[in-house]
Amino acid sequence: MRRRTFFARIAALAAAASSAVRAQGRFQPPQDIAPLVNEITHGAVPEKKDVEVELPLLVENGNTVPLRVRVASPMTEADHVKAIHVFAERNPRPRVASFHLGPACGRAEVSARIRLAGSQQVTVLAELSGGRFRIGPRDVLVTSGACLDDASL
Amino acid sequence: MILGKVQVPASVKAGEPFEVRVLIQHPMETGFRRDLEGRAIPVHIVDKVWCTLAGKEVFRAEFGTGMSANPYVAFFATASEGGELVVQWSDDRGDEGRASALVDVSPA
Amino acid sequence: MRIVAAIGAFAALHCAAGSEPPLPSPLKGGIEFQGAEIRAMQADAFGNPAMLWVDRGAQLWKLPRGARNLSCASCHGADGASMKGVSVRYPGYVASLGGAVDLEQRINACVTANQGAPALAWESQELLSLSAFVSSRSRGLAIVPDPSREMDAAYARGRAIYFQRQGQLNLACTNCHDASWGKRLLSEPISQGHPADWPAYRLEWQALGSLERRLRACYLGVRAEMPAYGSPDLVALEVYLARRAQGLVSSAPGVRR
Repeated sequence: MRRRTFFARIAALAAAASSAVRAQGRFQPPQDIAPLVNEITHGAVPEKKDVEVELPLLVENGNTVPLRVRVASPMTEADHVKAIHVFAERNPRPRVASFHLGPACGRAEVSARIRLAGSQQVTVLAELSGGRFRIGPRDVLVTSGACLDDASL
Repeated sequence: MILGKVQVPASVKAGEPFEVRVLIQHPMETGFRRDLEGRAIPVHIVDKVWCTLAGKEVFRAEFGTGMSANPYVAFFATASEGGELVVQWSDDRGDEGRASALVDVSPA
Repeated sequence: MRIVAAIGAFAALHCAAGSEPPLPSPLKGGIEFQGAEIRAMQADAFGNPAMLWVDRGAQLWKLPRGARNLSCASCHGADGASMKGVSVRYPGYVASLGGAVDLEQRINACVTANQGAPALAWESQELLSLSAFVSSRSRGLAIVPDPSREMDAAYARGRAIYFQRQGQLNLACTNCHDASWGKRLLSEPISQGHPADWPAYRLEWQALGSLERRLRACYLGVRAEMPAYGSPDLVALEVYLARRAQGLVSSAPGVRR
């Protein structure tokens, strides 16, 4: 009886320790980004099309990863991309950035340099006029991760 | 003042989308790094970027800590006539910066 | 026949020890050992993050500083064109400073002696910006090592360090950068270890850093004690590396992983 309690306590401590460690920023196991996506879509189901996500297949350093997103859209008043949201499911903070566009852009295409904490799937959500959503995932291999490296010397 | 710069093509055709490129000098501290004494270096990031062309907003962005240090962003804009393109940015400590470029429109 | 060959090899080894060590062939700049994205970043005149330091350096160049309230521009011209060909000749011998100095030390010598201002701290934004600005004026030019005899002592010291096994990993610079360039270490290609594109923006640092910072990082890499910034050993190593890289074209400031 005592021995079982002892091991249960150790297990509880280990679980507590690992969750404390996680809060400090670690390369996460893939997190469910659906709730984050839902904050934007409010229940609407994004269609898996029209979103082209360009990322290197293999990344040398996760600190600076070039990203290019293209969403097929006429970019007219009636039919345009309102915003592009980028998610990285294994980063300590999965919401990377949001880019707000409009018809004046003429083209729904954004480039940026992002941080990736390790190999993972990057998801791009496009918010269109008329309450429509499009989504596009992209897998990336990262050999040297960001967010966790204390290299300062 | 947060240093940064913007680039537009030398000349654009009326109504045709052209790429606007922005590069900002900023450490974009995630809050996860530690200094040599083991203390966490506080979060410090550029979190807002916005762009106007002839006074009208064409682009706006919110950055998280997942944006690289010395953040780079590029987007597209269209112009029917020449005008000043202004990009501004601010960080989570209230520091700001701006850069501008003249958009020269050649007839379509 | 075999004995002759053995004696020949023995003699060749000893001859090599007395003369200049063989250079990597062909001579390749560090950019050739970086991935496609980094190469694109370095070649991107606007998007190269190191250019942010060059731009800041251009501003600082015109800023009056110190007790004399002089800007760099007041002596050297507003656009820094007079700096063309300067950085590729460093480290160099400066008599008034009593020995070989590298580019950052030379800049600080001007700041303190000619502008009457306190020396800029190592790896400070100001010093790096000026170094990046000055180095950028020599882009496209070949490394021209200082040939003066007064540099010989530093060269000999630098060469000794280069071939000396150090640190817990007990590696000498030559073990990686002569014997193993092009091979992979921790999945990354090993470069020939040239100084031509420095100072450089290092993705790992997420900032621009000096050549001295990069050399210190190498000491850390083999788990050796890092020499202090500005130490004669680091300058001596830079002197050796400059002569070893003679003729290599500079693309400073570069981008590295």
